[in-house]
Amino acid sequence: MADDHLEVELRHHLGRIDLDVRFSVGRETLALIGASGAGKSSVLLAVAGLLRPDHGRIVGGSRALFDTERRVDLPPEERGVGMVFQNGALFPFMSVAQNVAFGLHPRARSRRERSERVSEILERFAISPLASSRPDRISGGERQRVALARAVATSPQVLLLDEPLSALDAVTKSRVAAELSRTLADLRLPTILVSHDLGDIAGLADRVAVMDEGRIVQSSTTAELLRSPASGFVAAFVGTNYFGGVAMRVEGVTEVTLDSGAVVASASAATGSVGVIVQPWDITLRDAAAGAPAAGRPSGGMGQNLLTGVVTSVAPRGGTLRVSVASTPPIVAEVPAEAPGVDGLAPGRRVSAVWPHSATRLIPGSAESPSA
Amino acid sequence: MSSSGAAYGDFEVTYGARHRFTAAAAITGIAAAVLTAFVGLPLLAIFLRVPLGTLIAQLHSPVARDALRISLKTSLTALLFIVVVGTPVAYLLGTRRFRGRTVLVTFLELPLVLPPAVAGIGLFAAFGRTGLLGAHLMQFGIRIPFTWVAVVMAQAFVAMPFYVRQAIAAFASMDPQLLAASRTLGMGSTRTFLRVSVPLARQSLSAGAALAWARALGEFGATALFAGSLAGVTQTLPLAIYSEFGATNIEVALAMSALLVAVSFGVLIAAKLLLRFQTWV
Repeated sequence: MADDHLEVELRHHLGRIDLDVRFSVGRETLALIGASGAGKSSVLLAVAGLLRPDHGRIVGGSRALFDTERRVDLPPEERGVGMVFQNGALFPFMSVAQNVAFGLHPRARSRRERSERVSEILERFAISPLASSRPDRISGGERQRVALARAVATSPQVLLLDEPLSALDAVTKSRVAAELSRTLADLRLPTILVSHDLGDIAGLADRVAVMDEGRIVQSSTTAELLRSPASGFVAAFVGTNYFGGVAMRVEGVTEVTLDSGAVVASASAATGSVGVIVQPWDITLRDAAAGAPAAGRPSGGMGQNLLTGVVTSVAPRGGTLRVSVASTPPIVAEVPAEAPGVDGLAPGRRVSAVWPHSATRLIPGSAESPSA
Repeated sequence: MSSSGAAYGDFEVTYGARHRFTAAAAITGIAAAVLTAFVGLPLLAIFLRVPLGTLIAQLHSPVARDALRISLKTSLTALLFIVVVGTPVAYLLGTRRFRGRTVLVTFLELPLVLPPAVAGIGLFAAFGRTGLLGAHLMQFGIRIPFTWVAVVMAQAFVAMPFYVRQAIAAFASMDPQLLAASRTLGMGSTRTFLRVSVPLARQSLSAGAALAWARALGEFGATALFAGSLAGVTQTLPLAIYSEFGATNIEVALAMSALLVAVSFGVLIAAKLLLRFQTWV
């Protein structure tokens, strides 16, 4: 076993569910995703030492952090595990600089060493201008950055991130995600990230483990997960359209020839083999015969993609309808239940699925023929 | 147009009925006046009975000076004891759920409703010369009743719940994530308590301490029974007021009363401000 691995193996009775997971993380980011109550946060707490599992073993590098058989249970402060909590959990009575300095032990470092380390970290995370601000005076994205800086300042061996993006608004989210991605790549620590939304963390994680009812039901790369979900649960949870294809730049747009032969366009630039993601809620459905909208938002023809086929199923899902269309390739759309034309939407009806070029997302270099 | 309204667009919204002069309003007004006068008049009378200059002069009398010295020494010692012992207990009761917790909390609140005379008798029965523990202490030559230590014990007994209740509530309302964050940043449970929990609760703790100190300062019944009223030894301000009043030195009693009114008023305002402005700035 490599020195820089985190090995986790635990069983724990948790009210309604039984947690039973086993995984290993190298110098990479593993995303644990799943619905709330799936047990993913409990896994983080167990690794951090804030929850004591009934049985199991947690090894960080060559050090046993927890082992029921050998009766090892290091307290959180001795585990070398840095954790970033959902809302940052910054100490409200301290400035940003004091928060960052909090974990630097006076015993281990001199006053000068500590203040040098703090300025170095503040600089590295671009939060020096906030040094004397109180946590309630800075933005959500800044709080998240300070929380990460505070955890990293103690030089942890393992990093845990609990829903790092879910408290942020959409615009901040994408910026923080990009920052986080760079930081994690720099740190190269075994990192576990927990999220209930695959869309939030798709670009951050090297591997994704989907949890359901306390178990990991699939563990793979993001592209693999999207391409071939291992079960109906994963497919429904992931809930997105994924196709493999080859991209070419044609007159300012990217044209992707899908493995099924169809051609779709994207506003993102890429060439060569790509994975294509289309979110079901970006798709509008139209009556294929008339060309008028059958359901969803009315839209024009320019800058749009179009796939035509017969509706195979219509499933209500909250305030929306999840509609499967047997086009080539098959595609799933989610339309508002109260949209005009929805009444006539039934299996057997011929419809066109339409979405704008800008909604065709590309994952470079991840296209292979679908396994199924 | 009513003055107690908020404007929404062109409309003015009044909360509840307009303040018409009705019988109900008249009764409420009279009740408020009676209650304010009932509390206010005695307090005002203390200051108005004799000229203010006389009051201040009387505070310099030997009886008042001794009583003030003893009151400060005992009440501050009692407060120190309450804070040092009460804080960890309140932390435990505020952050953990265990069997018998509610019973223990109720038990610690008992001195709030117990007549102080009963507290005094209880202390006497436990620590008196022939008491449960007192008899054994006597064998070592330790005699508690009628010493300044007895005053401290009486004050601590009755004032403790004022601090502990506030502290339990403060610790119970802490965000557990902050404590967890401190642990993952390398701080053990003791350091986390000192560096995170106490600062988080400090305003509530200060308010509770202020109230407990005011209660200790005003303690009379338990002190009278367990510590007596020995001038220069156990005679605190309230006991001195009683004794001077009995000896018809009404001016000295009024002077000491005026001092206690002023201090109590100040403590109450300080506690309210502390609890209202719980900010970190």
